[in-house]
Amino acid sequence: MKHCWFHLMPYTELPDDFRDKHESVWVDIDSKLFDPERAHHMYNDHLDEMEFAADVGFDAVCVNEHHSNGYGLMPSPNLMLASLARRANPNTALCVLGNSIALYNPPTRVAEEMAMLDCISGGRLIAGFPVGSPMDTCYAYGQNPSQLRERYAEAHDFIKKAWTDPETFSFNGRFNQQRYVNIWPRPVQKPHPPIWVPGGGSVETWRWCAEMEYVYCYLSYYGFQAAKATMKGFWDEMDRLGKDRNPYRAGCLQFVGVAESEAQAKEIYAEPAEYFYDRCLRVSARFANPPGYVTEATQRAGVESQIAAAANNSENGVANTSALPGIQKAQSINEIRKDGFTKNAREFDAIVENGYVIIGSPDQVAEQLREIIHELRFGQLMLLLQFGNMTKEVANNNTKLYAEKVKPLLSDVWSEWENHWWPKPMSLAKRANINDANNTLAAE
Amino acid sequence: MTEPIENYIDVSGYKCRVWSKGKGDRIGFLPGFGGLPKWIPFLDILAEDYEVVVPSIPGFPGGLGHNNYDNHLEWLLAIHDLLQESKLLDKTTIIGSGPGASLCADIAALWPSLIKKLCLISPWGIYSDNEPMADPWAQRAHEVSELMCDNPELWNNLKSEPAGKNSVEWPIEQSRALEASARIFWPLGNTGLEKRLRRVCCPVLLLRGVNDKVIPKSYMKTFSKNISGQTTTKEINQAGHLAELDQPDIVAKEIMSFVSL
Repeated sequence: MKHCWFHLMPYTELPDDFRDKHESVWVDIDSKLFDPERAHHMYNDHLDEMEFAADVGFDAVCVNEHHSNGYGLMPSPNLMLASLARRANPNTALCVLGNSIALYNPPTRVAEEMAMLDCISGGRLIAGFPVGSPMDTCYAYGQNPSQLRERYAEAHDFIKKAWTDPETFSFNGRFNQQRYVNIWPRPVQKPHPPIWVPGGGSVETWRWCAEMEYVYCYLSYYGFQAAKATMKGFWDEMDRLGKDRNPYRAGCLQFVGVAESEAQAKEIYAEPAEYFYDRCLRVSARFANPPGYVTEATQRAGVESQIAAAANNSENGVANTSALPGIQKAQSINEIRKDGFTKNAREFDAIVENGYVIIGSPDQVAEQLREIIHELRFGQLMLLLQFGNMTKEVANNNTKLYAEKVKPLLSDVWSEWENHWWPKPMSLAKRANINDANNTLAAE
Repeated sequence: MTEPIENYIDVSGYKCRVWSKGKGDRIGFLPGFGGLPKWIPFLDILAEDYEVVVPSIPGFPGGLGHNNYDNHLEWLLAIHDLLQESKLLDKTTIIGSGPGASLCADIAALWPSLIKKLCLISPWGIYSDNEPMADPWAQRAHEVSELMCDNPELWNNLKSEPAGKNSVEWPIEQSRALEASARIFWPLGNTGLEKRLRRVCCPVLLLRGVNDKVIPKSYMKTFSKNISGQTTTKEINQAGHLAELDQPDIVAKEIMSFVSL
C-alpha cells in the first residue's frame, strides 16, 4: 500500500460569509479576497506541511494544478515540486497530479519541466496527466472544450515521444507542429516516469489507462461512498479487458482526520471540513459543463462528472446539463441516493456520515481505510490531511498521527502485489548530497 | 405547419440534412445558436413566397462532422461546400442567425460574387472589450432560454423532445449543437470577422431583437460601418437574440421586403 500525502494548497482565509456573498470559488472568484502578503504565509506553511509529511514517512507527496481557484493555489504545481525536490526527504516520491497537458502549446514545456523535476529529484517523479477540470481548462485558460480531449491525446503522444525518442524529431500533429523536438534535459527514469491519470467515470479513460498501462486515479472530494460505483466500473472494465487485478493500477483520494479519540477528532476537524465543503466547493454551475467537455459516449453512459455534481450542489441553480441524458437524471440540488448518500453535505456530522472525511482514533481510521481500500480495490491511497482552513500545527499533528499510528496498521495491505507504477530513483549513493554545504559540486 | 422535404448531402464525408419547402426564388437560412431540431414558423412564412432551403451546419441538429474542423479556414470551406451542395451559392439571398449569420458573412467576404443579398440576424463573429458579447456557454440550464428568447418558452419548445423520439439521442443532439458552436466561436464569439467585412459588397439587412441579451446593439453599427455593400439596420420589438423565434411574422416581413427591393 502506498500512502501519498496530497495537498490542494487552499487559500485559508475566505470570509465566513463567502457562500452568501460570492457566487463561485473558481474562475471569477473575487480578486479582492486575495491578500498576497497572507498568501506568502500560506504558501510557506503549505510547503512546510509537505516537507513534514515527507519527513515522517509518507511514500509520496502530491501536488496538482488549478487556476483562478480559491481552494487551490497551484497554477504551477511544478514550481512547488521543484522546491520539494530539493528540500523534501530524498526517499519520498514526488507526484504531480498533474499538468493539464492540453493547455500547453507546445507541450514541449511539460516534457521539459517534468524531465527537470525527475533530474533534480534523482528519478522520484510520478507524472500525472489529467485532462483538467472545465473550470481550469475551458474557462480560466480558455481552451476550446470541443478540442480539449483531442489536444490532450496529442499532447500525451508528444510528451512521451519527447521523453523516449533519442533522436531529434519533427512533430506534425493536428494542433502542434514542431520542426525540432529534442528536450534537454531527459528524465532519469527509463523509459519515462510512471504516468498516473486522474479521471472521472469515463469508460474511455479506463480503457486508455489499461491499454497504456497507466494508473487510473479517482480523485473525488466526496470520499469512498461516492467512489464505489466508479471503482466498480473500473475493475469491471479491467476484467473485460483481461487485465490483472493488481490494486496498484488504481488510486483514490480520501480526506482523513486522525486524533487520539473520535470525540477529539470531531472537535479538531469540524471547522476545516466545513470550511472546505461550504466555501471551497462553492462552484458556479455556469462553469461546470462547457459543451463538448463530456464526450458523447460518456453522455450516453449517463455518467455524471463529479464537478458538475459539486456545482449542482453548491448553489441556487444547476449546471447546464439539461441536454445530457445521464446527467439530467442524476444529481440535483437536494438529491439523496437510495443508500442515503448525498453530495451536498456541508455540516460536519453529515460530512462524516457520508464519508467525505474519515475521522477517528488511529485504530478507527485504519479500520475504515482497510475496509474501503479492499472494497474499492486500490493501492495508491492519496490522503488529504490538510484541508480547508486547517492550520499548519493541526495539519502536522494529523500527518504525524497518521504516519506513526495509522500507516503501520495498514502495512500488510496488498503486500502480495508488486507496484509497477512507482518511481525507480537513482540510488541514494549516486545522488547529490544537496543539503551539505561543504559537498563538492555535483557536476564535478 | 407542414413538414419540409428532407434530403442529406455530403460535406467532407459527413451527412448534413437539408430541409426545403415552398416554391419561388430560392432563399437560404443558416440557423442560430442551438440549430434547428424542428422546423419553425418563421420558415413557413418565408416558404409561402420562396423556396426556403435550410442546410444544417456540421454538428448542429441534422448535421455531423463538427469534430473534423480544427480552425476557421476549415470551417469556412465546409460552410462553402454545404451552401454550394445546397444550391445556395448561385447569386442567392442567404439569411443567417447568430453563429449562422457570422458564417454567412464570412462566405460573402471570401466569395463576394456568389451571394446576391445577405440578411444577418444578430450576427456573431466580432467582439468589443467595452461591450462584451454574452457568454452563451457559461449559463445555468434555466438561463439559456432567457438569454436566447424574449419569450423563453419558445426556446424551450424548440428544444423539447417530440413524442416518440429516441430519448438518448435527442438531448445528445442538442448538446452537440452547443459544442459545434463552441468549436467555431469559443471563447468570445470573435472570429476576426471585423477585418473581413470590407469584402462584403452585396446589400445587407441587419436585424436585431431590441431585447437581445447576447449581441449588444453597438455590434450592428460595427457591421454596418465595415461592410462595403449597402446596409439597412432594423430593430425588432419584443424580440431577443433569436428574433426569428420571437417574432417570426415581423422578421419574415422585413426580410421579404428587403429581398424584393
